[in-house]
This record gives sequence, C-alpha cells and structure tokens, in this order.
Amino acid sequence: MNGLRTHRSYVAFLGHRLSGIALAIFLPIHFIVLGLALSGAENLDRMLAFTDLALVKFAEWGLVMLLSIHLFFGVRVLMLELTKWPNRTDPRSDWIVPSVIAALAIGVVFLLQL
Amino acid sequence: MHRHLFLAQRFSALLLAPLVLAHIALIIIAVRHGLTAEEILSRTRGSVVWAVFYGGFVIAAAIHAPIGIRTILNEWTPLNGNIINAFAIAFALVVLVLGLRAVIAVTVVTG
Amino acid sequence: MNLEAAAQSVNLHVKIWRGKDDGGLQSYEVPMRDNQTVLDIITEVQRRHEPALAYRFACRVGVCGSCAMTVNGKPRWTCRTHVKAVVGKTNSLLAAPAITIEPLRNLPRIKDLVCDLTPFFDKWQRAGGKFTGTATRRDPARRIDPQNDARRAANAAIECINCAVCYSACDVVAWDANYLGPAALNRTWTLINDKRHAEQSTTLEKALAAGGCTSCHSQGNCTRSCPVELSPAESIAGLKRAAFFGLPRTR
Repeated sequence: MNGLRTHRSYVAFLGHRLSGIALAIFLPIHFIVLGLALSGAENLDRMLAFTDLALVKFAEWGLVMLLSIHLFFGVRVLMLELTKWPNRTDPRSDWIVPSVIAALAIGVVFLLQL
Repeated sequence: MHRHLFLAQRFSALLLAPLVLAHIALIIIAVRHGLTAEEILSRTRGSVVWAVFYGGFVIAAAIHAPIGIRTILNEWTPLNGNIINAFAIAFALVVLVLGLRAVIAVTVVTG
Repeated sequence: MNLEAAAQSVNLHVKIWRGKDDGGLQSYEVPMRDNQTVLDIITEVQRRHEPALAYRFACRVGVCGSCAMTVNGKPRWTCRTHVKAVVGKTNSLLAAPAITIEPLRNLPRIKDLVCDLTPFFDKWQRAGGKFTGTATRRDPARRIDPQNDARRAANAAIECINCAVCYSACDVVAWDANYLGPAALNRTWTLINDKRHAEQSTTLEKALAAGGCTSCHSQGNCTRSCPVELSPAESIAGLKRAAFFGLPRTR
C-alpha cells in the first residue's frame, strides 16, 4: 500500500467501513439470540450461559469496540458534512486519534465489568 | 448514491448516535450485574420506555445499515445494481423483522 | 575509478510503463544528479534510451499541470517532484534508488505515460461545471462583495486547473465508474457560491444526483494530493451541507 491509503483520514474511513460490515453481520444474529426470550427465559439462559465462555467474552468485547469505533468515526463524518471545517485542507483529522482512544477506553471499562 | 438515500442514512445516523451511546452504557451495566435471562427480562418486561427506545433503535438501524451495505456492494463487488438494491431491501426487512421481534420478545411476551 | 567517484555516480533504477493497458514496466538506468526532477528523468530516458517514449509536458515549471503522472504509486506533477524527495536518502552501497513511473490512474491509457482526459472533462460537464451568466455586455458589472462568505468559499476553490491529480488519487473514482470525482464537484461548489451564476439550483441538483457528492466518503486523498493546495474534500462537504440546508447565501 502506498501513502494514499495510510494517512489518517483514509484509515478512519476504513475503520468506519470495516466496523460497519462486522456490525451488519452481527446484528441479525444478535436479534435472533434476543428473540430466544420468546420461547421462554430458559432458552435465553442456555444461550447466555454459552456467553460465559472466554472466546465469547472476547467476541463481546470486540463488538463493543467495533460499535464504539463506528459511532465515534461516524460522528466525525456527521461533523464533516454538517458543519464548516475549521481548517480548509484538514478533514477534522484531530478527531481521529481521540476517537480511537475513546473506543479503547470503553473497551477497558467493559473488560473491567466482566 | 441518490440524494434521498444519503439524507435517510445521515438522519438515521443522527438518531443512532445517542441511542448507541446509551446502549453501550446499558451493556456495561448489564454485564456488571451478570448476564442472565432473569436479570435482563426483569428489567425489560412490560416497559414502554424500553419498547420505544429499542423499537426506535431497530427502525433506525434497519434504515442505516442496508444503505451502507448497498454502497459497499456497489463499490467493492462486481454485482449488478438491481441485485444489490434487492439485497439491500431484503437486508432491511431482515433487520426490521428480527429486530422488532426481539424487542417484543423482551418487552411484551411473558414466558 | 576510486570509491568516492563511484559513490558519486549513483544510478537510478527507473521503471516506466510502456504500452497501453496490456503493456508493462520497462527498466532504464539514469544517473542521479543534484536538483533532478522526475520530468528530467523521463526527458533523459526519451532522449538517450527510448525515442518512442510518449509523455506529456508543457511549462516544465509547475504551473500548467500537463506533466501529471503516477510516481511510486502517487499522482503528482513530475516537473515539481524532486527525485530525492521520492527516493529519500539512499546509501548507494546498500540499496539502489528506484522510481516507478506510470500514467495517471483512473483514466484510459493512450500510450506509455499519456492518458485520455476526455472522461475527466465529461464528468466536469455532467457535474454542471458550465457557468451560465445572467447579464449581457450591456448591463453594468455586478457588484460582488469579496468578503461575502460565499464569494470567499468560491475563491478558495476557483484556482483548479483540471490537472486530474485529485481524480487519480481518489479511490471512489476507481471503485465507482459513475462517480463524478473531486475536481468536477469542486467546480460545482464554486458555481453554487457564485451569485452571478444563473442556474445555481440546477447545478446543485446535478451535484446531488447519483454519482455526485453523496458518493464521497471523505477519505481526503484529493486534498492531500492537490498540487495547487485546494481542498476538493471541503468543497464536496459543502455540497453535502447544501443537501441539508439548501443553497449557500450568496447575497
């Protein structure tokens, strides 16, 4: 990859898009699991016991991270498209690293609750 | 992307931003208290607030995600435009139906 | 030849695209010199090694944009690209400095380093780039306040000379054949901010149609690559803002 795909605002685009794809795949699965409550709390519990597995916990953490990244990068896009830019040649790149840090912080808080 | 799709996706994003923040906070709280059906359902059953919150969440997601996926399929796959549109609509319906079913499952149905 | 002289006569390994789409990279050796631009290298290759090499240039001094090509993967003006900036500090004893020169991306190839810019200009027209006046020569000149926000926005984007570097830098142009591209949309932005333009609404409609500004993902390759330091990304964001809030106030 040359420099055209490694600068910050490109990486932000990629992060937003890839996290979006992952979330779009996850979403129907998430809804199906929740829908298990329809057949009684017991089935939902069986599924939730499954979530005690370390691998599942890791996946949950991953999803929380993906959701956070998608949210913060997305809010940056909304800012870019709805408000005037303070610096004409800079697409609010100063939002990018704080977005990643905020997502990581949420990830850490989530891990601490497990 | 057509202008109306663009506006729909941005408006649904504006709606989703605060909902997602609230959802992340709720996940963290829920995980802290332990993820059992009893725990979750005791809080959500019979609650209008939950139904409205998550019902709105599902509808916004059912608008936002398929439009995004449509763009990605257009740019990153060689699939035909009509097929992509059909897939996007199907995906929207899947999210809407499964999502509202899940909302009903945790707020309405007594099990 | 002693070591010092040998170290001073470093050869640049140059790979240049020959042919059309089904062509390939051909290698040449060119001595590295002080104050050498990529255009200098191409000129030397054509004069000394490959008389049939086809390439475009005009002013040679970084004003016209004719010499735009892809250098080591990035679209740039070759007359304004110092070889040393592209190959970096190279120790000739360890690694041979190398440059790969190809035609601009996203445009049909004619021969070697020459592309057909017709699709680029077609999209410029499709984006509503043509100015339509409201006055005739008999009318007095319109008074335009240079401090007006809309005029300043137009001024910031007006210096585009259509060199197609941004068009080549843009990944969405590569992925989506319908996308009008940064230069065309940047032009559109200048027109909807121009109170003398008769068809502001129609022009905005063209920018918001499929393939218009709504296809941009704010990657920012265009702004990073523009040799005139314009910001097509910002102009396109302005067009999107107009989708929400309507035409900018030009009065």
